[in-house]
Amino acid sequence: MDVISGWRAAPGGLPAPTPAAADPTELSALADADLELLLTIRHFELSLLDLFGRGQLNGTTHTCLGQEYVPVALRPLIGEGDHIFSNHRGHGHYLARFADPAGLLAEIMGRQGAVCHGVGGSQHILRDGYLSTGVQGESLPVAVGVALHLKRAGQGRLAAVYIGDGTWGEGAVYEALNVAALWNLPVLVLVEHNGIAQSTATEHQMAGTIADRAAAFGIRHRLVTSTDVNVIRAELAPRVTEVRLTGRPLVVEFVTRRVGPHSKGDDTRSPEELRAIEGQDWYRRYARHHPAQFQRLDLAVREQLADVVREVTARPLSTWTEA
Amino acid sequence: MRVVENLNQALRGLLDEDPSLFLLGEDIVDPYGGAFKATRGASTRHPDRVLATPISEGGITGIAAGLALAGDRAIVEIMFGDFLALCFDQIVNFASKSVTMYGRRVPMRLVVRCPVGGNRGYGPTHSQSPQKHFVGVPNLALFEMTPFHDNTATFSRMLDRGEPCIHFEDKILYTQRMYRGGRVDGLLRYDFVGADGGTARVRVEDPDEAEQVVIVPGGLANPVLAAVRSLFLAEERSCLVYVPSQLYPFDLDPLLPSLRRAGRVVIVEEGTAGGTWGADVAQLIHQKLWRDLRRPVRLVHSAPSVVPTAPHLERGVLVQESTIYQALRETEDA
Repeated sequence: MDVISGWRAAPGGLPAPTPAAADPTELSALADADLELLLTIRHFELSLLDLFGRGQLNGTTHTCLGQEYVPVALRPLIGEGDHIFSNHRGHGHYLARFADPAGLLAEIMGRQGAVCHGVGGSQHILRDGYLSTGVQGESLPVAVGVALHLKRAGQGRLAAVYIGDGTWGEGAVYEALNVAALWNLPVLVLVEHNGIAQSTATEHQMAGTIADRAAAFGIRHRLVTSTDVNVIRAELAPRVTEVRLTGRPLVVEFVTRRVGPHSKGDDTRSPEELRAIEGQDWYRRYARHHPAQFQRLDLAVREQLADVVREVTARPLSTWTEA
Repeated sequence: MRVVENLNQALRGLLDEDPSLFLLGEDIVDPYGGAFKATRGASTRHPDRVLATPISEGGITGIAAGLALAGDRAIVEIMFGDFLALCFDQIVNFASKSVTMYGRRVPMRLVVRCPVGGNRGYGPTHSQSPQKHFVGVPNLALFEMTPFHDNTATFSRMLDRGEPCIHFEDKILYTQRMYRGGRVDGLLRYDFVGADGGTARVRVEDPDEAEQVVIVPGGLANPVLAAVRSLFLAEERSCLVYVPSQLYPFDLDPLLPSLRRAGRVVIVEEGTAGGTWGADVAQLIHQKLWRDLRRPVRLVHSAPSVVPTAPHLERGVLVQESTIYQALRETEDA
């Protein structure tokens, strides 16, 4: 196990949230493009909750509030030739790959210009090498199959799979890791360990640790506790390159926090716990650490997203011709 | 040639021809060559594309789906059809849905093949006919091996569909012979009807004079033919037998004229009672031919029971030649 900066994880679960005042590390200054992307994901998710609140969205959605920095940090490390498998909480993953809030919102709202014509919705998206689907653990074996294809093509491409802490309850994960290790396949498992599976805390649903699970298969594991995009990117760049060069799997576990609810208004955590988590939120911390850049871009992105919402909401309904 | 040899030739030939085709399964590589020897020789010729896997049916079906998603073709052998239950999520929720759930057609060239059926004494978890559990899944086609259909043609057809298929293979049928040249024996002749010669048509005499029509998947084709032969020899009663290669979606249209003429239809399958494939086909027939039928379609299937191990108990649950003979007599008398 290799701990990358910040907290050290307690066995079997996440470290207790640090009080806001402690603010253990100062976030480094980001390039405008990175901060814009972070803010785009943040305000996209907030827009969805707002639309739901006003009765303008159908069905359900799962926002990644608090976790936006994970795909933003990984963005330059995962290329167009790589495959990304996302899950139910995938808006950040999609936006980090395609910077297409209008296409994604149209998909969620069933409007023209929707990425998948409104058939897939929030958690079933396919575009180029990007695929999300809504059954926990299902995509890991599929990613192993894609990695088998990629390894044979021999161009150093990889299959990256986002899963959560809750996903480790599924047997498919273990079947896939076993084969990925056995056949030496370039599978990059990205675990967003936010400490809560829908409403169930990690300590109530997972015995042992993710690190030990990876070790059981002889798969390398990296623990990332930093929420700093620059730090994470610098630390992970050589690890991801190693996956390409060796064609062997890697599990990266991000200790992260879900600031928002599982889906909509279904958060059962206590006000104290939520306050502590909010204190760790990159959004609030970055605003304190780099106020001038933050305020300039935050306002601009808010306005951009408001325009996207207005424009997409006014579009005609999507049409699906290929049943 | 035995049916399993024809299947083995088909798998090896397809692997020879298509460098993007993979074959995955448990214990399928040489010298073992699969529990029923269907893949014997394949791994020796193509060690990089014929892959022995851990005991992970769901996982390997997902891996095959990943290959298909990336543009390859994949065939998965599930050692016993009962274990399809372990692949249900990957087949139903991923591979089949992916064809259309992303708003545009995504070709998924994937075949899951599995031995099915009883009368081998393998007991409740190694003897089922699970076809019925997969009827009606969007973008999932079901095929069954028959002694009439060349497996090279069937597998090419399945892989060219661009949607996942399950190929059910009766265990007893593996060891029986393939029919060739339009004759089953001195009495029964056959030809093919429908698109791509999809359904074998077997008859004693002029098909227009058949008093009843039997529809049966390949697994019970031989017991049905034996019953038809006995009925003709005993009472000179003539049946027409259809053996489709594709069970779902089922192409009924080529069969309609003869069903209408005979007015008596029997559907035979080994699956246990309740929610059967035959009930689904019977409903199609009733919708199209209600006024022309002399009686409702007769369904012949196994008892609503687990499949026991001891031979005398297993015989009591599963459809036997005698069950079929009795049903044909009753249908003609009705």
